[in-house]
Amino acid sequence: MTLARNLRGVGGALPQILTLAVVLAANWAVFPDFFDLRLQDGRLFGSLVDVLNRGAPVAILSIGMTLVIATRGVDLSVGAVMAIAGAVAATLAADGQPIFLVIGAALAAGLACGLWNGFLVAVLDIQPIIATLILMVTGRGIAQLVTEGQIVTFTDPALAAVAASSAFGLPMPVVIAVALALVAALLVRATALGLMIEAIGVNRLASAYAGVDARGVLMAAYATSGVAAAVAGLVVTADIRGADANNAGLWLELDAILAVVIGGTSLFGGRFSILLSLVGALVIQALNTGILLSGYPPEMNLIVKAVVITVILVLQSPAVRRLATFLKRSDAP
Amino acid sequence: MNARHLPLLATIGVFLVAYALATLQFPNMASTRVVANLLTDNAFVGVAAVGATFVILSGGIDLSVGAVIAFTGVFLAVTIRAGLDPIAAFVLVLAITTAFGAVMGAMIHQLETPPFIVTLAGMFFARGACFLLTTDSVPIDHPTFAAIASWSWKIPSGGRLTLVGVVMLVTFVIGAVVAHRTRFGTAVYALGGNRQSAELMGVPVGRTTVAIYALSGFLSGLAGIVFALYTSAGYSLSATGVELDTIAAVVIGGTLLTGGVGTVAGTFVGVLIQGLIQTYVIFDGTLSSWWTKIVIGALLFAFILMQRGLLAAAARRRENARAGARVAAA
Repeated sequence: MTLARNLRGVGGALPQILTLAVVLAANWAVFPDFFDLRLQDGRLFGSLVDVLNRGAPVAILSIGMTLVIATRGVDLSVGAVMAIAGAVAATLAADGQPIFLVIGAALAAGLACGLWNGFLVAVLDIQPIIATLILMVTGRGIAQLVTEGQIVTFTDPALAAVAASSAFGLPMPVVIAVALALVAALLVRATALGLMIEAIGVNRLASAYAGVDARGVLMAAYATSGVAAAVAGLVVTADIRGADANNAGLWLELDAILAVVIGGTSLFGGRFSILLSLVGALVIQALNTGILLSGYPPEMNLIVKAVVITVILVLQSPAVRRLATFLKRSDAP
Repeated sequence: MNARHLPLLATIGVFLVAYALATLQFPNMASTRVVANLLTDNAFVGVAAVGATFVILSGGIDLSVGAVIAFTGVFLAVTIRAGLDPIAAFVLVLAITTAFGAVMGAMIHQLETPPFIVTLAGMFFARGACFLLTTDSVPIDHPTFAAIASWSWKIPSGGRLTLVGVVMLVTFVIGAVVAHRTRFGTAVYALGGNRQSAELMGVPVGRTTVAIYALSGFLSGLAGIVFALYTSAGYSLSATGVELDTIAAVVIGGTLLTGGVGTVAGTFVGVLIQGLIQTYVIFDGTLSSWWTKIVIGALLFAFILMQRGLLAAAARRRENARAGARVAAA
């Protein structure tokens, strides 16, 4: 029974895996060296590794975003939270503070942002789009307050290592993304937490009557999203060795939502997969890289993304599902 | 007094108090020049906010507004440079943006998909279309265009009421009439109040949804024309985040985000409050521009809280009235 369920799980992942394969194959077609990897100083290099590395921030964001969307919400503030966490980290690092304090403060800032969003949604019962819009609007202002409007740069090698070092032959951001995703996936699937999140997504009131602590679970989902955004902010800050309150994480909330949607998580709640969201993030980054490699202007990116979302919307829509069920039934003898 | 009007009254109150306080500190703020500039500088946000009001009244959201404004500017700049007459370019671009909105509305209705994600795709598409036209900032240099852009009327004591300011005022007046005095307006309120009951009562839900987003597309296009007249250029990266400004204006203006309750007039005051905060920050000189965002965010939060409180109070009153009726019957 468990085996059958797992197999069904793999079957459910087929569209995402196929999409990724098609995009990678297209990249390979325009750029024959795409899959070439070489090992140097115990670290892998190549276009594929580059795709993984550049896709890491969105992948990390998509972990929290998956949980939030699964509760039928959305978190528009993740880009602004990235900017806040990055501003906190860069300012403290520039002050010469020890690394544990730098990272701890950035994560705490992310957690505080997430709890604020969760409070608005779960306790004050404000629509998620609007609740998180407040922080999206103010967040960059807050980040600018932290950096006093400057672009803060730092030289602390310990913080830079968050992006520049490597483990298991892979760049650190990739390792962080995979580790976080595995921990989060285990946490929701090995416990009843995932089930509760799905229940809230389908019908919050009914799940509350059924004894699910809807408030607590919602708070946890938004808190996770805030912390994930802080981690992504740390990675980006470490990568450029500085914090830019205006541009750090700009529009990444949209990429994260797109990654989650490509990963097959339902916008109507009730069905989600963290690992497939990671595949979604990879698809987006592979598309970006592919467009770059193919010599088309990078401006094509947005149009391609729009077309991809539209196709997925059509496939996900209840209207098309009903049509598919209808056709299947009429096919049966 | 009806509790429904409280948000609108609160908005007007906030604006008047804020303006009075600003005037006490900077007497120059009371000049007609400042007032006229307030209208001119916020004209494009105001025009787009009228569209956003209809969308939010119906219980939806339109994230494509800023991207459509940028697209309109780029389209005008490129076509006028290529030799098209500005007036023809205006008509053409309005047709395109209206059709664009209508397509999004049709997708929202037909695919039964959240407006949020459809208009997100629309936002990507419109920005992408900008970049395809050109990635440069293109100045608009045409005698007719320049003449339209510089039209203005002198008002007493030094102020200049520009054409774009007038366009915004007219848009708000027409918007208010459409929202409160037409069949379409009633349908929008009904849809936002309760979609299912609206359908049962015979409101053409599909047609209304398409019309709402087409209207939002049209007004975003008009806002784009206003923005192009204001800046005399088209640039792909301009007007980012304007959709958020319009949503904030609508909310501060007292429209309920769940749909069904609100006024177009409130949105006008919401736009003025945002403009006032910006003007104050500029007058002060020592405040940094990011304070604008933080204050707007705080106001947004305060108004949402107030609305929630009002809704809860109304629900309690209804509950009490019902209990009272039961007691009386027994």
